[in-house]
Amino acid sequence: MRDISFTLNGGKVKVITDPSSRLLDILREQLGLTAVKEGCGEGECGACSVLKNGKLVNSCLVPMGSVQDTEISTLEGIRDTDEGKCIIDSFAESGAVQCGFCTPGMVMAAAALLREIPKPDEMQIRKALSGNLCRCTGYNMIINGIQLAAKRGDGIW
Amino acid sequence: MVKSFMPRTLTEAVRIRKETGAVPIAGGTDLMVRYRSIAGTLPAFPWPVMFISTIDELKGVSLEQDTVVIKAGTELSVVSESPLIHQVLRDAVCQMAAPSLRNMGTLAGNICNASPAGDAVCVLYALNAEVELATEKSMRRMPLSDFITGPGVTELRSNELMTAIRIPELKSAVSFYKKVGTRKANALSKLSCTGLLYTKHNKIVDMRLALGAVAPVVVRSVELEKSVYGMSRTEFSTYENELFQLYEKLIVPIDDQRSTAEYRKSTTCSLIKEFFRIVKEELS
Ligand SMILES: Cc1cc2nc3c(=O)[nH]c(=O)nc-3n(C[C@H](O)[C@H](O)[C@H](O)COP(=O)(O)OP(=O)(O)OC[C@H]3O[C@@H](n4cnc5c(N)ncnc54)[C@H](O)[C@@H]3O)c2cc1C
Ligand code: FES
Ligand code: FES
Repeated sequence: MRDISFTLNGGKVKVITDPSSRLLDILREQLGLTAVKEGCGEGECGACSVLKNGKLVNSCLVPMGSVQDTEISTLEGIRDTDEGKCIIDSFAESGAVQCGFCTPGMVMAAAALLREIPKPDEMQIRKALSGNLCRCTGYNMIINGIQLAAKRGDGIW
Repeated sequence: MVKSFMPRTLTEAVRIRKETGAVPIAGGTDLMVRYRSIAGTLPAFPWPVMFISTIDELKGVSLEQDTVVIKAGTELSVVSESPLIHQVLRDAVCQMAAPSLRNMGTLAGNICNASPAGDAVCVLYALNAEVELATEKSMRRMPLSDFITGPGVTELRSNELMTAIRIPELKSAVSFYKKVGTRKANALSKLSCTGLLYTKHNKIVDMRLALGAVAPVVVRSVELEKSVYGMSRTEFSTYENELFQLYEKLIVPIDDQRSTAEYRKSTTCSLIKEFFRIVKEELS
């Protein structure tokens, strides 16, 4: 067991855990942040996506030993910001959410994309979402949601 | 529960490696998957581990004289964006896994994993890459093709860490890279092919061909490559069929869950022919 300190959604946190434990489990079980989901547990579905130092990562593959002194943000950290609200509202209006299991990961992937490319074209959106699976929507509505967010959020990214 | 370490400097990491033999985890995109257990429990690593992704000294891309030096812990997404790195490697890396995995995974991880299907490995073979290995007291370098000795087997010693990948400068060569997988993202290759060509006055100065996932290690034959040096288009056209048959003999794939030996062989053969077509085109 080790003390591991990092920044979570803007605030400092310290957890005591085995450095081999997965960020996904620590977020859900110890820190009560349950937006992050476990789909496959092996890097293929993106349901567990979070940002680590601003970059999209799969929290099911991140051992806590790699989290020391980093900045982690989850859906809970962005949903009430202008960016988060813009993406979430655009998703809702575009019908981008059905069962919702993939949605937290999709929103994080969308946020990572829009911060880097505020006006992405369709190919850039498809590439940015290529590690996030959705078994309900058929993807087109999610892509529409991101296009709407890009249009509406002009200036906030 | 296995012992684990969180070194923050390279010095600390090689000392821990020597004292405990702890296995390094960089991006974890191979190891965290291979040793995963049921949700909520620890991965079942069979040996002590150390997490090296927070060591800053192991990150970055730079130019040393004519050699591009990629520190071992540099994430694949950084590799794919670095203007110092040859486009063929950047293109191949862009086709690996998905954006989130490229933000975690490293070239050193792809190399040390030593899968015959490692996408970056195939291109790095063609680029004559060398690996740099450090212990507490010493440092050595060796060609990547000597470092990987079989599927999952490397020359890495139990007290060593890979610290960098070194790529010698390549004159403005024509490059060819094809990866064949089940889908575009998150699919390991069924096979891959890297070709490089450098011509001068319509003669071949340098030609390289590396084939992934069609033998226990990446296939590259420097002997066959040298046999075309100096050839003109007419000479290459006359020799082409014989050369193709020599390459065909080196392709000895297996059946596995991703593909069949037959598919791998026939598709790789088509890609070699396509590369030869490009060679002829460049020579005219
Ligand atoms: C969903 C998914 C899709 C994937 N798609 C692809 C793909 O398209 N193409 C492809 O080639 N691979 C793919 N991979 C495999 C993997 O992402 C790559 O092999 C990646 O490059 C591994 O890097 P890593 O840093 O994450 O490795 P890790 O898991 O951290 O380590 C892998 C091995 O390298 C060793 N190692 C790492 N760094 C060092 C070092 N500095 N010194 C000594 N040893 C070291 C480790 O001990 C371990 O044995 C995929 C994986 C997943 C989960
Ligand atoms: S749960 Fe992490 S990628 Fe599927
Ligand atoms: S909405 Fe159900 S998985 Fe995407």
